[in-house]
Amino acid sequence: MMDITFGQYYQTESRLHRLDPRVKLAGTLIFIFSLFITQNISCYIIATIFLICVVLLSNVPPLMILKGMKPIIMIMLITVLFNLFLTPGIPMVSFWRFTITEEGAKNAAFTAVRLMYLVTGSTILTLTTSPNNLTDGMEKGLGFLKLFKLPVHEIAMMMSIALRFIPILMEETDKIIKAQTARGADFESGGMIRRAKALVPILVPLFVSAFRRANDLALAMEARCYHGGEGRTKMKPLIYKAWDIRAYVVLLCYISLIIIFAIYNPI
Amino acid sequence: MAIIETHGLGYDYIRRDDDGNVSGITRAVNNIDLEVEKGEFIAVLGGNGSGKSTLAKHINAILYPTEGYVLVDGKNTKDEDSIWDIRQKAGMVFQNPDNQIIGSVVEEDVGFGPENMGIPTGGIWERVEESLKTLGMWEYRKHSPMKLSGGQKQRVAIAGVVAMHPECIIMDEPTAMLDPSGRKEVIRAARALNDVEKVTIILITHYMEEVIYADRVFVMEKGEIKMTGTPREIFSRVDELKDLRLTVPQATSLAYELKKSGMISLPDGILSEEELVREICRSYSIM
Repeated sequence: MMDITFGQYYQTESRLHRLDPRVKLAGTLIFIFSLFITQNISCYIIATIFLICVVLLSNVPPLMILKGMKPIIMIMLITVLFNLFLTPGIPMVSFWRFTITEEGAKNAAFTAVRLMYLVTGSTILTLTTSPNNLTDGMEKGLGFLKLFKLPVHEIAMMMSIALRFIPILMEETDKIIKAQTARGADFESGGMIRRAKALVPILVPLFVSAFRRANDLALAMEARCYHGGEGRTKMKPLIYKAWDIRAYVVLLCYISLIIIFAIYNPI
Repeated sequence: MAIIETHGLGYDYIRRDDDGNVSGITRAVNNIDLEVEKGEFIAVLGGNGSGKSTLAKHINAILYPTEGYVLVDGKNTKDEDSIWDIRQKAGMVFQNPDNQIIGSVVEEDVGFGPENMGIPTGGIWERVEESLKTLGMWEYRKHSPMKLSGGQKQRVAIAGVVAMHPECIIMDEPTAMLDPSGRKEVIRAARALNDVEKVTIILITHYMEEVIYADRVFVMEKGEIKMTGTPREIFSRVDELKDLRLTVPQATSLAYELKKSGMISLPDGILSEEELVREICRSYSIM
């Protein structure tokens, strides 16, 4: 079976699991933001220490987190190569038509690390927060957007359902691939175009079944009295605890540290 | 008072072509009159396309009748104001366990119904605990539904309905996608709910073995109720059932053939293997 950790909740007991999802959402955003404002090594060291602490706190096996990196390896490779060869600057190594500049090497390394941390950060968020919890956090944390007529509850509900159906649809894709292979479909040979064409007999049944599932689910939700966010109560209402406040303080310290180092740029 | 009543219920599926013109009308159910009392265990039998699912969806106010009307606890399903009341009173369990579990943790899914009903937080937890314990799924409350077996998933789905404190649960082929052991699990749960919690159960199925515990059985064919009676009465009419393309349980079928061949005298409508063995032994001891 195909394996995908993104959007998969890892059930265990840890401080990070118990943390309010709003804190975790804010934390992830702050972490991503911190990665984009830094261009020096000291900031990356702080980010690394922060990330390691978070991983240790999450009680999730590091291998699980690394697995989440798999789908982005290709993107990472492409960006690294582009950065490596296309950044103008002082040439370092040069062969045939390509030159690697000092700035290029630095940019490539930073981009690779940045992408890696980006994915790790968001993977930890989804590994330690159940999708329902996550959308609850978004619903409450972004509740003010309702003033601008944004259907916050509906969007949150759609996201949580989409997340829940990812593994089911993955399984289904696997089944369809096997079924088509058994009928002689060939997904491995041929050029790009032929391979892309070979995907059609996978995507069509997948879409049909996704629509059918969506229809079934809508029925099941209506049968259980779902009628939008109005008049709905929460089984797990979000209330900040002392530990959440402390986490906010830690986040604040972290981002201030990053900003200070980014501005004064000691290394 | 009857919890569910239908009078002259008829429903048309309307097919439309690409321009939205009516290209055909299929009558899914026709002229159905039935009454279900509180606390009854009803089974609805029928082959594919016999209209049994359509009937079920009317009781939960998912479909509205084209003709006639449906009353749930005295409330008409056509009345828009009482629709949520009706859906709470008459819960529904569907066929595919994957497509009706909304939460990604068992307890969150069971809490979904009470949340929609606007129950305060404390009350939701009480209901979740109570219904998960009733269905024997309490120890799985923190699990992801993905990792459960089909029978367990279906029990979670039933728990989700039970948490809404319904008076009646309609199960639309809850066992169709399960293996034999999962099927037994679900039927046992349904019987326990009926026996202990006095919940009215309407079980829709095409497995004959599942209807033998019912108080009453309705057999449907081409959108109409063709036979009504206790399982024993229904199963003694083997020929009629065969005409409706329904296969009776093996024990019933064997008893029927034995009797027809005139070898031994057996009572009508034998339901289970044990009963058949007992009756055969008795008939020989008399001789």
